Amino acid sequence: MTRFSAWNVFWNGLKGQKGWTRQWRDPEPKPEYDIIIVGAGLHGLATAYYLAKNHGLKNIAVLEKGWLGGGNAGRNTTIVRSNYFMPGNRQFYEHSLKLWENLSFDLNYNVMFSQRAHVSLLHSPAATDGAARRYNTMRLTGTDAEIWTLDELKRNIPHLNYSPDARFPITGAAVQRRAGTARHDAVAWAYARGADQLGVDIIQNCEVTGTIRENGRLTGLETSRGTIKGKKVGFAVAGNTSRLWQMAGLGRLPIETHKLQAFVTEPIKPLLDQVVVFGVGGAHFYISQSDKGGMVFGGDLDWYKSYAQRGNLPIVQDVAECALSILPCLGRLRLVRHWSGVMDMSMDGTFFICKTPLENLYLNAGWNYGGFKASPASGWYFADLIANDRPDPVVANHDLTRFERGINLDERGAGPDPKLHG
Amino acid sequence: MIRIPCPFCGERDHSEFTYGGDGSIVYPDLDAPISDWHDAVFLRENIRGVQTETWHHTSGCRMWLLVERDTMTHEILSVRPAHKGIRAAMENS
Repeated sequence: MTRFSAWNVFWNGLKGQKGWTRQWRDPEPKPEYDIIIVGAGLHGLATAYYLAKNHGLKNIAVLEKGWLGGGNAGRNTTIVRSNYFMPGNRQFYEHSLKLWENLSFDLNYNVMFSQRAHVSLLHSPAATDGAARRYNTMRLTGTDAEIWTLDELKRNIPHLNYSPDARFPITGAAVQRRAGTARHDAVAWAYARGADQLGVDIIQNCEVTGTIRENGRLTGLETSRGTIKGKKVGFAVAGNTSRLWQMAGLGRLPIETHKLQAFVTEPIKPLLDQVVVFGVGGAHFYISQSDKGGMVFGGDLDWYKSYAQRGNLPIVQDVAECALSILPCLGRLRLVRHWSGVMDMSMDGTFFICKTPLENLYLNAGWNYGGFKASPASGWYFADLIANDRPDPVVANHDLTRFERGINLDERGAGPDPKLHG
Repeated sequence: MIRIPCPFCGERDHSEFTYGGDGSIVYPDLDAPISDWHDAVFLRENIRGVQTETWHHTSGCRMWLLVERDTMTHEILSVRPAHKGIRAAMENS
């Protein structure tokens, strides 16, 4: 595998780009591994990478039913931020953002992380007070945060709809400057390449069809490419977590699977330098511009539970209305693509990185809307959990028993209804 | 768009309705052990396939309905009133 460097790019330019080799191997599955991770999305690949890199472990496999990065890794709006409030979440997402800041160097792969600022629009004095409380709390644990007045906002983003006659006139913004976007595919490929380089077997087209249980342990997995035994097993399969969980005979989970749509327009010249979020009075909308120039945006869930990776039309209309209410200049743009991913929505909107009723099975799930930004820290802490068989204090409350213990990590205060945690 | 045949109003677009949630949950008695309440409130089967769920015809008759729907294909298999008394009255008539 060729390392990326300015010299290699120059040399291959001279040699007609003939010197590049495969980015990762395509190995046959071995009959047994020390650790098996199910799901070669961002979380699974990052976990395998950090298991090998941080903990020096070998003999690891990542199983993927389709192709790597083909699920929600390719179905998001690529936003990276750490403006979380609840204890544990705050430290977790800030750690993730710090990993993002160094990710291209660490993985020797340009993930095109762009810290272009995340700007949440505010529409009333009460909203500003609420945001100030949230963002001040973030500052206490070292996350950058600021509140922009209307004048500052107008200076930075002059072309939003500032009309005083708007249904919800804009009064300011809550801003995280270190937040931004990254290239989603590059992150999947970079982790895959990094993990493969450290000896991890990434096995694609290998669907888990059953589990083998013995004395409170999960000793192996039945797959479409034969039986694979594992000393430790980790699940990182997002919207399909409940199916795998039931395959392992473990019953119900505090998770529902919902679908979320996202959209991209035809590419245009630079229009928007930041990630802008609009959420008031039932509206929910977030937008940024990709490096190719397309406006990338999304809104709410489709409101009903679904495993179908396709969206419905009422949400297309809803999102288009939101777009035009804050950026009327988008009115003549055409949508070129539109996709939907299945989200593992949890009961309090927060994730699980935890041990399970089976001694050697570990769970990584419940990412709701926020799996993309979380992926580096998710891999980091999940690898730590699997390697050391105990959770780091940062994710100590991110387990399946937290509701029994009266702990709700509910950022929105929306209550135990998965569809409300958007 | 999903089309839901409301037993009171006829077939309508799903945008007239509000999705409730898993309709198979049976809430325990008020004095039941806390663990029963935990299970009813927080745990879900999360079925991929046919599930019974509640929908509220908010922009129509405002009745709560029990809908059997496939969560993979979005096909609607049956729709009946959620209220037991009304359901019984309609089935007997």
